[in-house]
Amino acid sequence: MTKSTGILLVSHVKEVAEGLTRLLDQVAGDVTIKTAGGSEDGGIGTSFDLIAETLESFEEKTIFCFFDLGSAQMNLEMAIETSDKDVQLMKTAFIEGAYTGASLLQAEVDPDEISRQLKKLVIKD
Amino acid sequence: MDKTEKWINWITHFTEVIIEHKDDLNGLDSAIGDGDHGSNMDRGVKAVKEKIDGADYDELTDLFKDIGMRLVSKVGGASGPLYGSAFISMAKAAKESQEPAVLLEAGLEGVVKRGKADPGEKTMVDVWHPVVNSVKEGSLTQSVIDDALESTKEMKATKGRASYLGERSIGHIDPGAQSSAYLFTTLLEAGVLDD
Repeated sequence: MTKSTGILLVSHVKEVAEGLTRLLDQVAGDVTIKTAGGSEDGGIGTSFDLIAETLESFEEKTIFCFFDLGSAQMNLEMAIETSDKDVQLMKTAFIEGAYTGASLLQAEVDPDEISRQLKKLVIKD
Repeated sequence: MDKTEKWINWITHFTEVIIEHKDDLNGLDSAIGDGDHGSNMDRGVKAVKEKIDGADYDELTDLFKDIGMRLVSKVGGASGPLYGSAFISMAKAAKESQEPAVLLEAGLEGVVKRGKADPGEKTMVDVWHPVVNSVKEGSLTQSVIDDALESTKEMKATKGRASYLGERSIGHIDPGAQSSAYLFTTLLEAGVLDD
C-alpha cells in the first residue's frame, strides 16, 4: 500500500472487473485496485459475501468503489453498512469514473477534490 | 401453536412454491430482464431451507435474520439484497412486535430503502405496497394480491433491469412482483394472519 486510498471494482462479470484493472494499472501503478466480479459460483451477478470480504481485505482506510449495474450497487450498499472503513460509493459511469479516480489518486490529488471531479461523470441515482 | 411455528410454515411453503415455479419466474424474467430470477430465487430458498430445517427458533427475530442473511448471500441477483433487506428489517422489528402488520411494514421499508423504488415503477414494491396496506387494514385477500400483480403488466419499468427496455417493458408481468405474489399467497395459506 503506497497510497492512502484504494479502489474496489464491482462488476457482474469477473473478467470485466479484471479487464478494467488492467486498464487502470497502466495509469495508477501505485494504487491498490481490487475486484469483486461475478457471483459466488463464478457466474454472472454480484456477491454480497465476495464484496464484503474484498472490502475488508484492504489495508487502506478509504476506498473508492465503482460498479456496473443495479444489484452491484445494492450489494455494495449492504457491505458498506457492515464495514468500518471509509467507503465512497461512486455512482459514475463505470469505466470513465474508475479511470479518472485512479489517475487522480496516482497523482496524489486530495480525495475530496477527486470526489468533486467525479461528479460530472455521475450517471446513476 | 408456538409463536414462530406459523412463520416457519409460511417460509417452508414459500420455498416449495418458488422451487415449483422456478421456470415460470425465469420465463417472466427472460421477457424483460436477464432471465435468471427463478434460478436465483430457487438457489436462495434452498439455502434458507437448509438453514432453518430442523433448527429451533424461540424468537422470530432470529428466524428472520437467518432467512435474510441466507437470501443476501445466496440469491445472487438484485433480489438477494432486496428480499434480504426485507427480512433483516423484519428481524429488527420483531424485537419489538409480533404483529404481522408491523413486521410486514418493516419488510416493505427494507425493500424500499434498498431498491429506492416507488409504487408504479414495475417492481416488487407494486405488490408489497398494496398488500402491506391491506394487512394493516385487516383486509388482505387473494384478489388483492392478484390485482396488484396484474397491475404491473401495463406499467412501464423505470427501476431495475427492465427499465433499460423502456416502453418495451409494457405488457409483461414483473418477475419480482410475481415472486412477491407467491410470498403473500403462501402467507395467507399458512394462516399467519389468522387470529
